Parts: sequence; structure tokens; C-alpha cells
Amino acid sequence: MTARIGVVTFPGTLDDRDTQRAVRVAGAEAVPLWHRDKDLKQVDAVVLPGGFSYGDYLRAGAISRFSPVMESVIDQAKAGMPVLGICNGFQVLTETHLLPGAMLRNNHLHFICRDQKLRVETNSTAWTADYEPGQEISIPLKNIDGRYVADERTLDMLEAEGRVAFRYLDMNPNGSLRDIAGITNAAGNVVGLMPHPEHAVEPLIGTGRTDGLGFFTSILKNLVGAR
Amino acid sequence: MARVVVDVMLKPEILDPQGQAVQRALPRLGFQGISDVRQGKRFELEVDGPVDEAALARIHEMAETFLANTVIEDFVVKVEESEDSEPAVGAK
Repeated sequence: MTARIGVVTFPGTLDDRDTQRAVRVAGAEAVPLWHRDKDLKQVDAVVLPGGFSYGDYLRAGAISRFSPVMESVIDQAKAGMPVLGICNGFQVLTETHLLPGAMLRNNHLHFICRDQKLRVETNSTAWTADYEPGQEISIPLKNIDGRYVADERTLDMLEAEGRVAFRYLDMNPNGSLRDIAGITNAAGNVVGLMPHPEHAVEPLIGTGRTDGLGFFTSILKNLVGAR
Repeated sequence: MARVVVDVMLKPEILDPQGQAVQRALPRLGFQGISDVRQGKRFELEVDGPVDEAALARIHEMAETFLANTVIEDFVVKVEESEDSEPAVGAK
């Protein structure tokens, strides 16, 4: 049996289908999860995909964070279940405080959609084990609220503990502090990033590369290896 | 019914590009002398029943956990004068 990876759909989620597909391309089973349903259907891990859940009303991720499914996700994440938040999913994770900091409007105020070069800073998370530390990857980035902020003390802590998981390369697309594109929690099971690995798992689409597939093969190995 | 207002503002150290964009547009529109603009959110809550200490404590909790993200924002809770009393500062 392969691993079961849940993909949450909120009202306004856009990338749930691509994420399910990426999970299947990696060889795992994709399990759709519904925002109003507390039941996680005994999945081994959860992905919170991109989009504009609840219309980004109040703040991106602020209302989704209180949805029934998130109660279970928060409990399970604290107990060690791997959770990946992509784009809006990352915003949800900061709103839950499973990850520190917050996301704000891009410093140039424009929606951006581009292929973005990143450096994978750590492979000691559940979602990045298949990358080499320092590996450069290129995956799509598309958002308007992508500017990562946290206070200096939090930023220093993240750096010191090796919890900056991804950094923007060549250019900082949104004013994120210290070029941070994604971070991990201390345990390494909860990871969030703004760019979209699920759009770069097959050569036909996205960047024309498969640089994002490693997220999904990493978690599969992590889960299957743990059995 | 009483009204409670919650004002939410980005913390002073957080860059506010939307406020900056508004500020930069002002001279072009003929509004001089504004050196800085910060943009925030105002929530007007119509409260059933009396706005006593317990009600205010709940609203404070609501603001802290939901209306504001205290990682990036500060908030102020204010009880508004009832409609039949004259406001302290007229805006007519």
C-alpha cells in the first residue's frame, strides 16, 4: 500500500486538482478533503493548496484557519503529521501560528506570475528530503500577498535553527524579508512556501522541468519508509 | 443596541505599500502637505445587550484571535456613543 496524502479544498481554492495530480505522479494516493469536514479520512499527510480561500477576506488564510478541517489538521500537525502549505496554504499555516511570521501584500502591489529560481536551504524536513541542501530549483510563483514578514528576533531564530527552507534567488519578487520563500517548523513536519511545486512535476507544463516533484517523492519516501 | 468599533492598523515597523501608494498619489491630485499615509481596517460591531466588562473582554479576545493578526497588526477597541447623544466631535 502506498501513502495517502490529503488535499484540502476550501471555497476559493484553485490548485487542489493540480496538487492531487502531483501526489499521484509521485506514486502516492491523493485523498480529497473538504473544508467543512473534520474527518481527515486517516491520511498520512496533508497538503493545503494554493488559491484564494474565502476570497482572502479579512486577511489571506484568516477565515480558512478557523474551518472545521483545520481543527483536525492543527491537532494532527502538532502530533507530528506532515503538512505542506503552498501559497495560500502557507498563508493559512502562518495564520494558525503553526509557522511563525505573516504574509503581506507584495511590496510593488502587483500580482506576479513567473518562473522563480529558489535555493532549497535544508533537506531535513519531511517535504524536502529528496533535494540536496543548496540545490537550485525553478518553479512557478503566482500571488499578490507573497511578502514574508516576521520580527528580527524570529528571523534570527529561523536562520539559527536552519528553518529557512527556501530562499528566492536572482531577485526578490515581493519584498520578503531575507529573501525567504518558505520555512519549516522546528520538527520539520510542517513546511510552507509561496512558489508552487505542484505546477512543476511534468515536463509538459509549468517551467518545462520537474523541479517540484521532489516535494511529493520526499513525503512518499518519508511515509513509506516509516512503516 | 450599542456599537463597538475595532480599529486594526499595521504595526509601525511593518512596510505599508498600499498607504505609500495613496500618499504618492496625493500631490498629483492637488492635496499637499501629507507626509505619510498608513492604511488600516475598521470593524463596526453591533452588540446585542449591554456592553459591559464581560462583553468587552469577549470583543478583545475576538480582535486578538481573529480580526487582527497580532504578528503584524495592532488593534484598538472603542465603545461608540449611542446615536441619540451628540458626538464629542461633530463631523457635519
